[in-house]
Amino acid sequence: MTTRIVELRQGILKKNDELARALRGRFTAAGVLVFNLVSSPGTGKTAFLERTLRTLREGGASVAALVGDLETDNDARRLAASGAPVRQINTHGICHLEAEMVGRHLDGWELSTLDYLFIENVGNLVCPSSYDLGERIRVALLSVTEGEDKPLKYPTLFNSADAAVITKIDLAEPCGFDREAALHHLNEIRPGIRIFETSAKTGAGMAEWLDYLAAERAASAR
Amino acid sequence: MHELSIASSIVDSVTESLAAYPGARVVEVRLRVGALAAVVEDSLQFCFGLATEGTPLAGARLAVKTLPVVVYCVGCARSDEIVGVQSLRCPTCGELTMDVRQGRELEIEAIEIDEAEVQV
Repeated sequence: MTTRIVELRQGILKKNDELARALRGRFTAAGVLVFNLVSSPGTGKTAFLERTLRTLREGGASVAALVGDLETDNDARRLAASGAPVRQINTHGICHLEAEMVGRHLDGWELSTLDYLFIENVGNLVCPSSYDLGERIRVALLSVTEGEDKPLKYPTLFNSADAAVITKIDLAEPCGFDREAALHHLNEIRPGIRIFETSAKTGAGMAEWLDYLAAERAASAR
Repeated sequence: MHELSIASSIVDSVTESLAAYPGARVVEVRLRVGALAAVVEDSLQFCFGLATEGTPLAGARLAVKTLPVVVYCVGCARSDEIVGVQSLRCPTCGELTMDVRQGRELEIEAIEIDEAEVQV
């Protein structure tokens, strides 16, 4: 027997990274702007996305969504009520979406006819941070009911995000949500991050969010 | 609990690399894991044991080198380690910086293998 050290120096998630890069190329070529929405379970990703899809469609945009869950297609059915094409990805126990799952669920969709594609990740603030899905913009959501220290508890995910959405702000007062602290923590972990304070119920903050979507779409088309 | 997915990815990558060393047995897998990579080592060690069963990696040690976060500060024109991962500020001047130079790694650095004797 001889012992030998073999230098590998390769990313553990190299396969996912390569698939994600290929997806990003496809999305860019098709001119569709892709978002990856990540949060804990119960933050209100689906309600936020329902309102986003509905409003974008009313404004004449072509939108679609992929939604990840361990089991059930409840969220896909809710989102489909907006009229947008929606597909459910059941991960069957896997706690995050991977690029391969996204790629497999795009068959039959003409990406070039879409303006926006939203990928709602599995509710989890740890695992999705390591998996690139080929998105252009990663959005981390946190609700006022979860507490303002969420970014401190899950720094990796918030650090990897391009934008943050605070949801359920209509409940901020009864929850005693410390807004200043939340904004401070987000900015310490991801300096300069765009932050939107929203309520899918009342519609508060949705106009700013939709302006951001339009501006990012215009910038990506350039 | 993405440690199981990560452990499976390690097994796949290492098994692929072993194609060049037929009959070799893996003694150790060396990882470089950044503090911002959100990997829990205990959990990864446990999952690695499960994921390697029945593979050429069975019984191999997993050596994890944890790398602290290093940020670059434009004002100070230098890179420095920070303590923790919750505040990306230059330790010298205290300014916020998004320029993370180290801390996101999730890499297989090397493997140590026992090569089978070649029968002549």
